[in-house]
Amino acid sequence: MTAVSPMTEVTTAVIDGALLLVAGLCLLCGYRVIRGPTVPDRVVGLDTIATNVIAIAVLVALKTDRGLFITVSIVLAIIGFLSTVTVAKYVTEGDIITRRGE
Amino acid sequence: MTGLDLALVEQATISILVIIGCFFLAVGTLGLLRLPNVYNRMHATSKPTTLGTAAIFLAGFVQFGPGGAGLTSLVGIVFLFLTVPTGAHMIARAAQEIGVPFLGSVTWPTNHRESDPEHPASNPEGDEHRDE
Repeated sequence: MTAVSPMTEVTTAVIDGALLLVAGLCLLCGYRVIRGPTVPDRVVGLDTIATNVIAIAVLVALKTDRGLFITVSIVLAIIGFLSTVTVAKYVTEGDIITRRGE
Repeated sequence: MTGLDLALVEQATISILVIIGCFFLAVGTLGLLRLPNVYNRMHATSKPTTLGTAAIFLAGFVQFGPGGAGLTSLVGIVFLFLTVPTGAHMIARAAQEIGVPFLGSVTWPTNHRESDPEHPASNPEGDEHRDE
């Protein structure tokens, strides 16, 4: 049992470092969201931030050993996909919900 | 003794998968910051970010086992592989329709198939098909 604890410490250190790295990557994506020259640049930056937040949720699930956060990450993925599609439709057509005959 | 080895292998697998995922996420964000165009940035972000998050989801599957949260992790991988290319495709089409220019001699691929190079790429011929 003495060999398990240092490996677990290594895993914990790796997950902590991964959390710090992905949080920093979210900040770097925020640069593109703020300075992006066009609207699709900002949408791509927000999409990348959403995917990074999904990764953060899974890493929190690994760190705290709670499977609930995996479900949280699924919900975040759904919200990110819906927001991306909504903004793309809004940029293209100027409206989100359009009737079929118009 | 085998249980000890299995725990070691499990922890090592989780660590390696998390490191691979962080590498791909870092590559995607670097491409988002460095590449010159919306389309190139989308190309750089969608694929490595999907792979990185899928690797971290696989680490969750290794940790939580084949039932419950581990199964949810696999569902999350499938969901990412379905939704991220769809979202990138819709952003690319929106960017083309609002007139974001391409780099160099790149053209929109549907104009090649319709063999009508006289019209510019911003001609919204696909709208009629979509609104039906």
